[in-house]
Amino acid sequence: MELLVASAIGLMTAVGVYLMLRLTTFPVVIGLGFLSYAVNLYLLTMGRLTVDRPPIITSGIDAYSDPLPQALVLTAIVISFGMTALIVVIALRGFLETGSDRADLEASAAEDADADHRTAAPPPERAR
Amino acid sequence: MTDLIALPTVLPAMTAAFLLLAVRHDLTRQRFVSVAATAALLVVAIALYLVASDGEPRPYFLGDWPAPFGIVLVLDRLSATMLVLAAALALCVVLYAVAGWDARGRHFHALFQFQLLGINGAFLTGDVFNLFVFFEVMLIASYGLMLHGGGARRLQAGFQYVTINLVASTLFLFAVGLIYAVTGTLNMADLAVKAPRANPADAALLRTGALLLFLVFAIKAALVPLHWWLPATYAAASAPVAALFAIMTKVGAYAMLRVYGTVLGADAGPLAGVAGPWIVPAALATVALGAIGMLASRTLLDLVCFAIIGSMGMLLIAIGVSGPAGVTAALYYIVHSTVAGAALFLLVDLIAERRGRLLDRLVPAPAIRQHNLLGGLFLLGAMAIVGLPPLSGFIGKLMILDASRANAGAPWIWSIVLGMTLLMIVGFARAGSTVFWKTEAGAPVEARHRERKLPLAVAGLLIGATAALAAFGGPVTLALQKTAEQTLDTAGYVRAVLGPAALLPKARP
Repeated sequence: MELLVASAIGLMTAVGVYLMLRLTTFPVVIGLGFLSYAVNLYLLTMGRLTVDRPPIITSGIDAYSDPLPQALVLTAIVISFGMTALIVVIALRGFLETGSDRADLEASAAEDADADHRTAAPPPERAR
Repeated sequence: MTDLIALPTVLPAMTAAFLLLAVRHDLTRQRFVSVAATAALLVVAIALYLVASDGEPRPYFLGDWPAPFGIVLVLDRLSATMLVLAAALALCVVLYAVAGWDARGRHFHALFQFQLLGINGAFLTGDVFNLFVFFEVMLIASYGLMLHGGGARRLQAGFQYVTINLVASTLFLFAVGLIYAVTGTLNMADLAVKAPRANPADAALLRTGALLLFLVFAIKAALVPLHWWLPATYAAASAPVAALFAIMTKVGAYAMLRVYGTVLGADAGPLAGVAGPWIVPAALATVALGAIGMLASRTLLDLVCFAIIGSMGMLLIAIGVSGPAGVTAALYYIVHSTVAGAALFLLVDLIAERRGRLLDRLVPAPAIRQHNLLGGLFLLGAMAIVGLPPLSGFIGKLMILDASRANAGAPWIWSIVLGMTLLMIVGFARAGSTVFWKTEAGAPVEARHRERKLPLAVAGLLIGATAALAAFGGPVTLALQKTAEQTLDTAGYVRAVLGPAALLPKARP
């Protein structure tokens, strides 16, 4: 079981990091998703891997699994879920406003910070 | 009296909810409520500072659960100082924003209060996982604030900002996981007790966890090479938001002081000084990069952003030097660079607004309205952040150089800091002479709206604060010295949170 869980965490982290390094927003968002899955799974293992042990005190049982990591994972899941929703919205708005889904700032370097004098037409999409 | 400790988190949370639910369509009332709540927060922070100034750390147990099990807030001199600084800055920023910036997007004030909730919570929490939670609260609000006003450039810079911070959050969770797996606790006081007694076989894991955590704080504090998100973000954010963000980098510095000063301090066994060898070289690189970036800047905003990076470098040198003198210098520099940085962001906004289409680009233009006043304030702000006498930056740099005399890297620190300060002066002189002296003939750009005095007064107040910080340097330094001693007193912190019994059994189980 250790090998399975460890390789799953490692693989998801690797996939996440690889996708994060892409130049367009969509793979970056997916990569962030993979990274947060990896860390959630990892947090579950930090109270040691155990099977068939309750986290809550029950009479007649003297071996428990650690309940704290499960509470922490719950918090982490909620936060990463909200963050993913937010970054999808930002990526979409960015795409709609600039007409390009590049994640780097080069595409907008020619544009100016001055919102009042922005060109009306979106810049042509660059070849990737 | 200890119930007051929860108020800096409760008050902004209630205010934000009230702003969203009760007055979401009425900007005038929003402004009134937000300014009143922020002023009340400053009063609470000052009251807490007075409470904390007797030198005793005070825990506050939420729900009355005893310390290592429940959620605990801890008030000591360090957190009280940071609370006062954050509240004072927030009041200035909100007063600046009500003059018009808050009308350029929706829910500015609600997001602003949520941001304060996160910042105050991060300063007060006594638990590493809750530090993560408050970081997230702070960041979620900052994403909204950063995008305030909209526009393509802001959205693209915002995407990068959110991404880097999500990666930092993931790293934070990995670090928390490693630390919990080895020590079985995340309460800071409990961690301070258990980390030195950890199984030596697990020491490598624990060190990895502590260094990953340092990486997260370094991203927040914009330490080279993790600084590159800062110029794009701050330059794209609206002026009051950028000024408020001046305290956000200091949250990273605070977390370093708390975790590597108080919790994993000098007697933390395998973890003692775990981040030490990394900080000073990276901080020196940060100072150098800030100064060189200033020379390369083509707009005033970029100039100020790189000046902020340079000042974070100075601050982190002091944290890296460590010891009571280093921490005192770091605290003084935290206060100074927050105030001076925020003042410069507001000033640049005022100047850009008066230059019409040219904004803050470093090209000659006709003289602006209130040319001499703004030019003078900009000069004072530049002197403060670069570190020329008689303003607070000079005293701060002097304290840092003095504290680093005993450090092995002292020749490096002295030569790089002094050399880079010269470059920073050149950078500011170049920018200031282009904007204020190379004026072309022509009428100044007409005001688009009715001119208000409040924003200018706020910027002037912040500049005045750096002068006051220098004028009252003696008493301020004495207070910060006591703060530094308390920050490094791990035993006192543990005794206050866990009770006197926690420290007794010293032997390894």
